[in-house]
Amino acid sequence: MLVWSRSGRLVLWVLFALLFGVLFLAPLAVILLSSLADQWNGVLPSGLTTEHYSEVVSGAAGSAVKASLITGFLASTLALVSGTWAALSLRLQGHALRRLLGLLFFIPSAVPSVSVGLGLLVAFSHPPLLLNGTVAIVMIAHFVLISAFTFGNVSAGLARLSPDFEQVASSLGARPAYRLWHVTLPLLAPYLVAAFGLSFALSMGELGATVMVYPPGWVTLPVSIFSLTDRGDIFAGAALTMILVAATLILLLGLERITARATGS
Amino acid sequence: MSAVAFTGTSVMDVDAAKVRGAGSNVHFDKVSVAYGAHVVLHPLSLDIAPGEILAMIGPSGSGKTTALRAVAGFVRPASGRIRIGATDVTDLPPYERGLGMVVQNYALFPHMRVEDNVAFGLRAQGADKALVTERVKDALGTVGMSAYARRYPRELSGGQQQRVAIARALAVRPRVLLLDEPLSALDAQIRRNMVEEIARLHRSLPGLTILYVTHDQTEALTLADKIAIMRDGRVCSHGPTTELYRRPPNRFTAEFLGRANLLPVTIVEGVGSKGFATARHGDKMLTGAGRDEKTGAKSLLCIRPQHLSLTADSEHTNRIVGTLREVHWQGELTHLMLDVDGTPVRISATRLPMALPEPGATVPLFFTPADTSLVPEDAGV
Ligand SMILES: Nc1ncnc2c1ncn2[C@@H]1O[C@H](COP(=O)(O)OP(=O)(O)O)[C@@H](O)[C@H]1O
Ligand SMILES: [Mg+2]
Repeated sequence: MLVWSRSGRLVLWVLFALLFGVLFLAPLAVILLSSLADQWNGVLPSGLTTEHYSEVVSGAAGSAVKASLITGFLASTLALVSGTWAALSLRLQGHALRRLLGLLFFIPSAVPSVSVGLGLLVAFSHPPLLLNGTVAIVMIAHFVLISAFTFGNVSAGLARLSPDFEQVASSLGARPAYRLWHVTLPLLAPYLVAAFGLSFALSMGELGATVMVYPPGWVTLPVSIFSLTDRGDIFAGAALTMILVAATLILLLGLERITARATGS
Repeated sequence: MSAVAFTGTSVMDVDAAKVRGAGSNVHFDKVSVAYGAHVVLHPLSLDIAPGEILAMIGPSGSGKTTALRAVAGFVRPASGRIRIGATDVTDLPPYERGLGMVVQNYALFPHMRVEDNVAFGLRAQGADKALVTERVKDALGTVGMSAYARRYPRELSGGQQQRVAIARALAVRPRVLLLDEPLSALDAQIRRNMVEEIARLHRSLPGLTILYVTHDQTEALTLADKIAIMRDGRVCSHGPTTELYRRPPNRFTAEFLGRANLLPVTIVEGVGSKGFATARHGDKMLTGAGRDEKTGAKSLLCIRPQHLSLTADSEHTNRIVGTLREVHWQGELTHLMLDVDGTPVRISATRLPMALPEPGATVPLFFTPADTSLVPEDAGV
């Protein structure tokens, strides 16, 4: 709906700002304030300090950032490759089969992540599939949870791709592999980068399943934050949260730059 | 002759080219195509001679694209065979057919510069660097786009993209060039220029066989050596362009290929030694060019709008009378709409008498028997 009058537009903007402010910015601002708070008993903290940051940085932060980034990178890469592969091969199947398999991919996102973690824990607790207590099971959990998004993104990209490009390429003599590498994948690149960014961000924030399966020595950022706050160390948890937010933001901005350069816009 | 001399080869089958010589013919042998139970191409047999431009024209949905895509290898025929030169390509994948294809919206690869687009086919076929460079230069030169080699497709106008798409297809030295409505995305002015450019291109590459799909009869009439008119998945007429225009074999062809005035007539005296028959329209006796019309048969007398005149002269021995309905002046041409005993008749003229009759007036119309053609009524229409 378009609002044309000046006052109408003003009201709309104020509403939007309020909604955005209350729902998105307020929680973030509170976390930011907590991460810098000396003591917080009244309406506002009684003083500001960077003590919590030095505390978490000298403590678990380093290894947690590392664990989260590695997990995110590997799980997203794996999800990107398999999601792309699945989307490309499902495209060749009949409509009904495509719909069915496409739906299967999305089941993990409909199940609570805690249940996914529990399922993996039970499934991989006996030889020969003994993965409990390994880093691999964390990767698998993340992969299961995010692959639906990569698949969905790449499928959407493929659906928008005019078949003309690939057909012209074929008629010019390009074999399927050459065509895939030089035409299909480059044309899909924006969707691939978006899919990668989204799954990386999802993985960085994943808690439910990770908490069920993580081995000692592979504590991701959300798990660290969870245990800090669980212990009542709210301020340190807040500081670590800000680090997580910063890391994710930097990552997404970086990816955006890459896409912009690749598509030349 | 330009450096892009057409030997009708793709890089991959140089040996085949030696056998084949210049240009390849395309042969449809009872090719049919169906989507499920829906037959979109009824068994089609057609031959395109080496170096010929065949325009396939017809209304939207008549199966033109389907026929072209069957040659390219993107549609599997339900029956029949397709041969290109000496090769039966029916079971070959598209990338082994050695064709060039240009589609309606060009489908230039947006992530590649113009030169890389043009080089695409050669690189895909593994041609060596020197050859790629040389062929890209030639192909871009042929279409007059050398100055734009470093541009991206999005930095080009529609007409320029069109040229690059043609250059990309030419660079692989295709055996056959397939063009599917290549000009329909361009506006009228540029389209006219491009038609002339394609004609020029073919003059410089006389060995190139072209299958040109369009719904635009002007493009077909300008470019084609032969025309095949499609209707509901069948070829309803096929022949040399001028022949098809002058002597349309049926009503659909007469109407689709240049507007025709079709007067219903009854044959009074069958075709004589000079090829003319005498026919009656109402109370008027007319002479028309016929084939084998029998006395007493119903027929249609086809007269093109530019062949009707308001003034009598010694050649114009046929005379009918009509009521003037409307006059449309278009600068170059003036169109007069008349009614001749219930049949709408159009006259297009470059020069008209200074004092035009008013709408509603009864006017005599004159025409020459040699400009007419007797056309059988379509069966079942
Ligand atoms: N992939 C397809 N599936 C089903 N029907 C199709 C498909 N492609 C084309 N058709 C049908 O085939 C007929 C001919 O289409 P087409 O060859 O594209 O016509 P034209 O190019 O002459 O406009 C149309 O009725 C169209 O609906
Ligand atoms: Mg078409």
